[in-house]
Amino acid sequence: MNNEAVKVKSVREPLFHVVKRTEIVWWKAWLIRAAAIVAALVATGLLSFIVLKKSPFFVYSSIFSGIFGSSRRILMFLRSTAILLLISLAVTPAFKMRFWNTGAEGQVLVGAFASVFCMYYLGGKVPDGILIPIMFVVSLAAGAVWAGIPAVFRAKWKTNETLFTLMMNYIAIQLVLYTIKIWRPTGTGKLEALPYGNLPQIAGGDFWLSVIVAVIVTALVYVYLKYSKQGYEISVVGESENTARYIGIDVKKVIIRTLLISGALCGLAGFMLAAGIDHTVSDETVGGMGFTAILVSWLAKFDPIAMVFVSALVTFLQQGTGQLMTDCGIANSFFSDIVIGIMFFFIIGCEFFITYKLKFRKSDKKEKDK
Amino acid sequence: MEKIENKPIAIQLKGITKTFGNVSANKDVTMDVRRGEILAVLGENGSGKTTLMNMIAGIYYPDEGQIFVNGEEAVIRSPQDAFRHGIGMIHQHFKLVDVFTAAQNIVLGVREKGRYKLKDANERVFEIAEKYGFHIDPEKKVYEMSVSEKQTVEIVKVLYRGADILILDEPTAVLTPQETEKLFDVLRRMRDDGKSIIIITHKLNEVLEISDRVAVLRKGEYVGTVETAETNELALTEMMVGKKVSLNIERTEPENSCDRLFVAHLNCRDREGVKKLDDVTFTARAGEILGIAGIAGSGQRELLEAIAGLQHLESGEITYIDPESGEEVNLRDKTPMQIRELGVRLSFVPEDRLGMGLVGNMDIVDNMMLRSYGKGKSIFLDRKDPKKLAENIIESLEVVTPGLHTPVRRLSGGNVQKVLVGREIASTPTVLMAAYPVRGLDINSSYTIYNLLTKQKENGVAVIFVGEDLDVLIELCDRILVIGSGRVAGILDGRTAKKEEIGLLMTGSRENTGAAAENEAEENLEENIPDGKGGAHE
Repeated sequence: MNNEAVKVKSVREPLFHVVKRTEIVWWKAWLIRAAAIVAALVATGLLSFIVLKKSPFFVYSSIFSGIFGSSRRILMFLRSTAILLLISLAVTPAFKMRFWNTGAEGQVLVGAFASVFCMYYLGGKVPDGILIPIMFVVSLAAGAVWAGIPAVFRAKWKTNETLFTLMMNYIAIQLVLYTIKIWRPTGTGKLEALPYGNLPQIAGGDFWLSVIVAVIVTALVYVYLKYSKQGYEISVVGESENTARYIGIDVKKVIIRTLLISGALCGLAGFMLAAGIDHTVSDETVGGMGFTAILVSWLAKFDPIAMVFVSALVTFLQQGTGQLMTDCGIANSFFSDIVIGIMFFFIIGCEFFITYKLKFRKSDKKEKDK
Repeated sequence: MEKIENKPIAIQLKGITKTFGNVSANKDVTMDVRRGEILAVLGENGSGKTTLMNMIAGIYYPDEGQIFVNGEEAVIRSPQDAFRHGIGMIHQHFKLVDVFTAAQNIVLGVREKGRYKLKDANERVFEIAEKYGFHIDPEKKVYEMSVSEKQTVEIVKVLYRGADILILDEPTAVLTPQETEKLFDVLRRMRDDGKSIIIITHKLNEVLEISDRVAVLRKGEYVGTVETAETNELALTEMMVGKKVSLNIERTEPENSCDRLFVAHLNCRDREGVKKLDDVTFTARAGEILGIAGIAGSGQRELLEAIAGLQHLESGEITYIDPESGEEVNLRDKTPMQIRELGVRLSFVPEDRLGMGLVGNMDIVDNMMLRSYGKGKSIFLDRKDPKKLAENIIESLEVVTPGLHTPVRRLSGGNVQKVLVGREIASTPTVLMAAYPVRGLDINSSYTIYNLLTKQKENGVAVIFVGEDLDVLIELCDRILVIGSGRVAGILDGRTAKKEEIGLLMTGSRENTGAAAENEAEENLEENIPDGKGGAHE
């Protein structure tokens, strides 16, 4: 015991302590976030210098030109942001309820598939003026059903929704692949763009409609979550099912209702993809955005307004690093993945400094002077 | 006996300061703990008792100040460091692994040379238990233990690691009077063995009974240390609160009392099939406070939840008598929503405030509308009335909060409870049920709550109060229902009941009738097992 006591004595006060902040003024929080982005840019520049032997400024300008290089690229950026935002908004009500819906990918895909299904069988037989509303309704319904099935199982039998919704993704993909195989038994196995049921173009392109829809849905989801009674019920169920039971909220009903809404919004995103942009469907239609949306929703802390900025940032990185790869003549995406990784490391990491602060040890000299 | 001043100092704190954000939990605290004494650290909620002790135990690190252990300056950065200095803390919430045995929990995390032998550990645990008079079965699994047994494991765990200085955070909060007595005997034996015991509490009668000296904290500052023999309850309260307070509950005679709620032959089981309520029958009367006394987990929660429509019943009837029409309303197997729709104004302050009564992450306004948000046909929320209600409650109950929009989990325990009780009373109930409404509250807040309950009773509300402090139950309630193992062990008159009588009823049914019944049931079970399975069991 004595020996140990002597050893302990030589242990010095730690260099710093991590202290939780009680509150932080908003501009300080944004200053930390801005600093994180600057730090991320510096790290990216350094790395590109080492790996690609290119100057950091070449990398920055290449990334920026990927978005602002031409008016078409700007429009592409806006459209991709809008679609990602739509899916992020769609998963948010479920997440706010602490329902871990990992099935957005599949829900969007069945929405798109439902649209194409209508285009394939009804196209040419009914005018577009009737076909498009039908597609709209069927897509939303398909998304709602795809999310509703795991919700019912969770509400009634307490199944694990994370695994259930995840597996529903694979069913959706196989369903699409199987149907295309029936439709196009020979050839590339791809379905060509269908000329029916295409959404009208605004200002000569398929860009602005997605943006308009995304803006409207952002406002709706914001109001729904913050000011409606149903939104309030979602928050209560998410925070504590016991409290919900205590005040007499029908938890099962809220779970199923919320997932139907969540799924229908995913279906809407699928409708926008199929009817507005691709005019066809494949297993690549959603391209992982259903998973990226989960990240966006979380990073934005389930706040629809913040989601606008986060989805823009994510799209910016993906599109910018894609351009960088083209400019460097590298076919695979290893470097763009690294750059995106660095960015997220800094952006997510800086949240630590917003919640906590470091308190450094006072210098020994001062102590002795006392 | 040796005088305390002559005993050597075990721990000395010098100028300890700790702040969390803008709140200073401890300000320049200088005090000492001597060897072979029981020191009570007394203070209201939020006075910084636990924070101060956590700094000695290595959970927090002080912003300023020094800690001396046995005369040498000590740097305690982690619980491991604390153990090296012979300091161990028993926290309010036990930190045990449920599926491990007592001995496994005790040796968990101890780094010893040589091979790990559970047998040796069992023996050493047994030795420690012998020495201080603990009752502990080293091979019993934690999930099979009562709260008091778990606490014993925690204490032995600390002793096993060679602690000479033990800190206990509110150790008696979960114990019956009899269990508390046993714990105190053990603590006295440890003191006589030369160990230093620090006990954090806000129960004055216990402080006077067990401690040698009392150190008082107020709002994070050290007020002083007094010898227990030279002080009394009033003097200590004054030190704690900083002003004179009266500690009397005014019990008025029930007026116009009439039956409001009949509960007859309730039976229910929990998910594991364990019987939680066993033929419970009683009547709650308007204008009266009915106290419910019992060891924690004897069915109090299930009983209140059954009345509130949250617990499924196997059998039994719950009948409410409407005060205006005198009609009988059947409440059995109704959901809380249906009960409200029947026009029954039933308020319920549950035991789990932030997990059930309130939503911790929501602000006060949003919590106010938990019960009333559904009113009206609009699909949108109306936050105007809840806001007014929130302002009212903050003013009338003196809730300390930075603002209307602070998440309630950031408020202190007493203020959280005021918000909850305030909301439940605001709906002008005819039946008000409160489960442990003063648990964790300081003296001032506790008396505020008692007075609120009394006022409700005077307004003709049938109040049902589940309490743990028998002295308070006897002072506050008109009748006291004692529950043991889910059974009504007796209903006593609050004005004539004796503490010992209640204590005996609380435990009596468990140790005699209850245990006997359980044994019988087990025997029956074994007999009923078919031969094949019974053989496999062996």
